[in-house]
Amino acid sequence: MDFEFSDVQEMLRKDARRFLTEKCPKAYVRKMEEDEKGFTADLWKEMAGLGWMGLVFPEKYGGLDMTFLEMAVLLEEMGRACLPGPYFSTVFLGGLPILEAGTEEQKQEFLPKIARGELIITTALTEPSGVYEPTGIEVKATAQGDKYIIDGTKLFVADAHVADYMIVAARTAPGKSRGISLFLVDAKSPGIKCTMLKTIASDKQCEVVFNKVAVPKKNLLGKLNQAWPLVERILLLAAAGKCAEMVGGAQQVLEMTVDYAKQRIQFGRPIGSFQAVQHHCANMATDVEGSRFITYQAAWMLSLNMPCDKEVSMAKAWVSDAYRRVVTLGHQVHGGIGFTKDHDMQLYFRRAKAGEVLFGDGDYHREKVAQALSL
Amino acid sequence: MNFAFAKEEEAFRQEILNFLKQELPPGWIGATYYEDELEEEEIWAMGRKLAPKLGQKGWLAMAWPKEYGGQERSHIEQTIFKEEMAYNRAPGVDMAGISMCGPTMLAFGTPEQKRQFLTPIAKGETFWCQGFSEPEAGSDLAAVRTKAVEQNGYFVLNGQKVWTSGGHRADWMFLLARTDPDAPKHKGISFLLMDMKTPGVEIRPLVNILGGHAFNEVFFDNARVPVANLVGKKNDGWTVATALLNFERSGIERVASARRLLDEVIELVREGEKTGTVSRPVEVIRQKLAEMVIELEVGRWMGYHVSYIQQKGQMPWVEAPISKVFGSELMQRVANVGMQCLSLYGQLEKGSKWITLGGRVAHMYQSSLGRTLGGGTSEIQRNLIATKGLGLPRG
Repeated sequence: MDFEFSDVQEMLRKDARRFLTEKCPKAYVRKMEEDEKGFTADLWKEMAGLGWMGLVFPEKYGGLDMTFLEMAVLLEEMGRACLPGPYFSTVFLGGLPILEAGTEEQKQEFLPKIARGELIITTALTEPSGVYEPTGIEVKATAQGDKYIIDGTKLFVADAHVADYMIVAARTAPGKSRGISLFLVDAKSPGIKCTMLKTIASDKQCEVVFNKVAVPKKNLLGKLNQAWPLVERILLLAAAGKCAEMVGGAQQVLEMTVDYAKQRIQFGRPIGSFQAVQHHCANMATDVEGSRFITYQAAWMLSLNMPCDKEVSMAKAWVSDAYRRVVTLGHQVHGGIGFTKDHDMQLYFRRAKAGEVLFGDGDYHREKVAQALSL
Repeated sequence: MNFAFAKEEEAFRQEILNFLKQELPPGWIGATYYEDELEEEEIWAMGRKLAPKLGQKGWLAMAWPKEYGGQERSHIEQTIFKEEMAYNRAPGVDMAGISMCGPTMLAFGTPEQKRQFLTPIAKGETFWCQGFSEPEAGSDLAAVRTKAVEQNGYFVLNGQKVWTSGGHRADWMFLLARTDPDAPKHKGISFLLMDMKTPGVEIRPLVNILGGHAFNEVFFDNARVPVANLVGKKNDGWTVATALLNFERSGIERVASARRLLDEVIELVREGEKTGTVSRPVEVIRQKLAEMVIELEVGRWMGYHVSYIQQKGQMPWVEAPISKVFGSELMQRVANVGMQCLSLYGQLEKGSKWITLGGRVAHMYQSSLGRTLGGGTSEIQRNLIATKGLGLPRG
């Protein structure tokens, strides 16, 4: 049993924190919320230079061959910094699916470019039905010669507006979880219309309409009609990664809140000397502590390739709710000043909600845990 | 980062399970929480039977130095032991002696005191109680009024203790008494060890909300404690007491007890699905049950984390209160979810016709009220997390 990070992980954390403190200050975060692309090419290039995109790719694809534990540490720092941009999409909704299920040719074609920061990828999975279920997929891919023709609407597609490729989940045969396939679609294909949604976390999610979009058969990712298990795997990794990001955000909110409670004077003393405020902070600390354990249990199991559907669901369910509690209490302690756009609290509050609902919220994952208990 | 137990640790866990299978009669129910062991004669008797056997195996005070009956094994293993004892509802672990008094004596005791008291605790031969709280000194423990006047080689005690768990069962008491009434509150207290058979000691039962007799009032009428039983310096008992409260525990027994009850409820719900005996549809309760499973997992790691820190020789200043608050409140939530699953049947108490799960859910539902009160209330624990843990200024 070991609840500490390795030297490599500590160094990664330190370096990431130093880099992001300098290159991703809150002024940048705020600017990117209003920016059409949502990130700068310069920062993207520097991150690639640090090896971040290919952190967990094997060396032969240009990666650093690190594990999910190191990824979790890095994601924590990104969550702490509110890093904007398509990193999470490119890695979890692009690189990792290809690494898991791509042909050797596909891996060679895509992974090194992703690692070098030359490709941005996302996955177009959810639709107006708004569920992470195969029954929610109505986008069709119809075989036509050496191509598939994709028709339909995808919703809540992260970073579609800057993606070079989209992994699109489409129905290729009737059925429930059978009949779903995944395609690597060139984003410049004719017939794709991308509309930016305005979201609470200002995080560049799009509606993507596919109108007779042709994709070569060789761009099938995984098995025809049998891609739903791969989708589940993508959701599993993304849920775990999102937890790590949320832990980083929650830790920062706790620190900000404690600092404020020590400084803000009312009734002739710091508000942090009042029990009501102390208890809010204690509850936040407890939630952050719990979130860290349940997240790193999942990350550790993933790093060792252990089956961990239940543990990832436990983590996502807990952290989804815990981070929400933390940001809510953070706002309460900050009082009026926290309720302004200028203050950083709202950056975390809004991102906490996105983190909660993406890749399955508390209810969704509690249901999975209940199933694991044979209830 | 490694959430796996070592092979030896897993083997040890199995060793405990094998022992309990052998020693506990088939169908053994036991108490839902270790403090409830004090209430029922049958359970208490089993505890007295098991304690020396556990002591002989060296499992009671595993992390202590060998010369005092310990095995110098890890805190993690000690926690594994406590977890399995709690989950399997096996009595016989004297928490007051093992987790509070013992470690305190290791830190502050004289060689003579260590020689006299520690080995019997480790061997399961003595049972201790804690003489801290008084009617005017609950959360404000430093306000103790029981007087200890030094006279002819003794401290003469006059006063009263309250909420003394196991006072009616104990051989020895460790207590706080005021040795300098003129000094500031925190600086006039001393930590003493008292034989419960000392003349002038009167124990009066207090009945808890369940109608059970677990704790007591203890009155001192010129009871004499030899000065050799002073632990630490005279008038410096507060230092000793504060350290003791942090040797506290991982709190794993709270999580394990709650987990055992929840497992029984889940099994009932699963069976009820088939037999139609659960009056609540499973669709309504599955989310609640899943949430409890998740929280128990979180609480379990919080507990092991405390032991991990203690194993490193550090003080779990923030981790122990976090584990205490979370674990005790979780017991209440688990019991409540259990009651919700049982719906009307949750009302039935042990001995009633139509009883389910022996009335254990209703029992924990009521007894868990005390868990956020004893051992430092949740409010005090949150104060500690905030001040000692997060560095927030005191009021």
